[in-house]
Amino acid sequence: MSPIRISWKSLWSKPLSSALNIMLIAFGTGILTILILASSQIAGKLDNNSKDIDLVVGAKGSPLQLILSSIYYIDFPTGNIPLKEAKELMRSPFVKRAVPLALGDNYNGSRIVGTDTNFVALYKLNLAEGKFWNNDFETTIGSSVAESQQLKVGDKFYGAHGLSSSSDVHKSHQYTVTGIIAPQGNVADNLILTNVASVWKMHDEHEEHDDAQADQHEHSTAEHTDHDHAKHEGHHHADHKPETDDDKELTSILIQYRSPMSVAIFPRMVNETTNMQSASPAQESTRLFSLIGVGVDTLQWFAILIMLIAAVSVFVNLYNSLKERQYDLAVMRILGASRGKLFVIVIAEGIILTLAGTVVGLALGHFALQLIGSYQESSQAKLTGFLFLNEEIYLFVAGLAIGIFAAIIPAIQAYRSDISRILSKN
Amino acid sequence: MISIQSVSHQYPGGKQISFRDWQINDGDQWLLLGASGSGKTTLLHILTGILQPSKGEVLMKDTSIYSLTGRALDQFRGRHIGIIFQRPHLIKSLTIAENLSLAQTFAGLAKDDRRIEEVLTALGIADKIHAYPHALSQGQLQRVSIARAVINKPTLLIADEPTSSLDDHNAMAVLKLLMEQSGANQATLVVATHDKRVKDAFTNTYELI
Repeated sequence: MSPIRISWKSLWSKPLSSALNIMLIAFGTGILTILILASSQIAGKLDNNSKDIDLVVGAKGSPLQLILSSIYYIDFPTGNIPLKEAKELMRSPFVKRAVPLALGDNYNGSRIVGTDTNFVALYKLNLAEGKFWNNDFETTIGSSVAESQQLKVGDKFYGAHGLSSSSDVHKSHQYTVTGIIAPQGNVADNLILTNVASVWKMHDEHEEHDDAQADQHEHSTAEHTDHDHAKHEGHHHADHKPETDDDKELTSILIQYRSPMSVAIFPRMVNETTNMQSASPAQESTRLFSLIGVGVDTLQWFAILIMLIAAVSVFVNLYNSLKERQYDLAVMRILGASRGKLFVIVIAEGIILTLAGTVVGLALGHFALQLIGSYQESSQAKLTGFLFLNEEIYLFVAGLAIGIFAAIIPAIQAYRSDISRILSKN
Repeated sequence: MISIQSVSHQYPGGKQISFRDWQINDGDQWLLLGASGSGKTTLLHILTGILQPSKGEVLMKDTSIYSLTGRALDQFRGRHIGIIFQRPHLIKSLTIAENLSLAQTFAGLAKDDRRIEEVLTALGIADKIHAYPHALSQGQLQRVSIARAVINKPTLLIADEPTSSLDDHNAMAVLKLLMEQSGANQATLVVATHDKRVKDAFTNTYELI
């Protein structure tokens, strides 16, 4: 009978205290697992969505808000920028590629983004079926949108004003789905792409419609063009009439630099010489992460504290059971077991407890994250438990170390015990 | 043949006790008699190989057992000496069969299920082979502890106060078992006790004063 089996059976003979120890370790490991998996997934998603974007230019306001709305599509835009100024920036020699964005509408919570083919090139989008939008009111939709809204190529739908609510529907124009994008693993999966002119026209019509009905509807969002112009320009195609740039607006521009040198000059140029602001995704993501980081750190320390308590609990458990079992251990020595074997038996108990706890904790962490993911509404930040990282090996090693740490003193005591004295105390 | 030669032991307090030389021939059955405090347990521990005497030598099968060190001594003890305590002291988390196979593997021998069954059958408790100690009566546990002591066919079978907590009837039954088993396993038997009731059963007596 091997020492490990003796330890194993000894633990099974005290199921309650063994279970308590395993639970403590599992809880600590579980929290750490969730933290490691979640933060790596969030960081991965943040990077994946912003990897080719050097700068975002938009209306003045919070730079973080600009990044959130223009790259991750989770916050409201900061406002609008005049198309004329935007075009000047887009033609700047510092810029390799510029992607215009016109936001403001949604279909059942999926954002409708007015943009151009640069968007396709920037995110390296591939089609699953159909074709990319070409004419006004044609749309190409992300794979998650197609799935959740049950839209197929050829389907038609009405956009609604705002970014999430579907109360204020633009009944004047109907969008048509012309293509579905293959799953990209980034924000494009959750967007409805169309040309900028469609978004403008949707609102031109909307304005006119409102006016005609003498509606008092208050439009605070800035994507609406001025009333008079709207009436005047309403039936013209904006892209056919570049001279009307004065009146048109964009939400923001995503910019790729031509050379690394642009970093030093271009953002300052935007901030100082125009009425717009620039925000760097890398900087803002770091700032956002440092804000979340405080919470993550706190949780991490909490988990480590639980692990320490677990280590103490395993120690107390082994130490106390050693007192009860000193006679058992002495009898084992009489039967021929060496000191080394007793040491192994006791330390194996500690290691089995903590390793079992670690394995349960890892499983629990993955399971919990999968559960959290399945309850998450926004599919773009969806977390999954089916991700295994190398860092988890460290948790395993930590579990092993805690087991050794908690069991080493009892094991040494078992090793040193004077069996003659124990037996004569009978 | 087992012998102790000019053995004396120094207690931590400074008190010293000397034991007269003792020679035990193979197959003998001895009574080690002495009142409590006479050094009986000390002598038993010296004989068992768990307490090194400050002076003298213990020879067993031509081996001076205290010239062995560490693991070698532990294995020698497991292989050649069987001990029965006043109380059974079985490992509670293991079944009866596991307790016995523990004695086999700790002694460095292979696990031998047939031998386990044979010994338990000889002691009349074969039906308890897969039971845990808590399911057995005190008398059954005592039998298991005898089974564990003889499982490896030891050279020397030592019983420390095996009868002192038992009534007359049971004391005689246990004594009979010990004598039968030591005979059946060709082991030399030493029974240490202060229980005068068992005196008549032995012809050889080593008395501590």
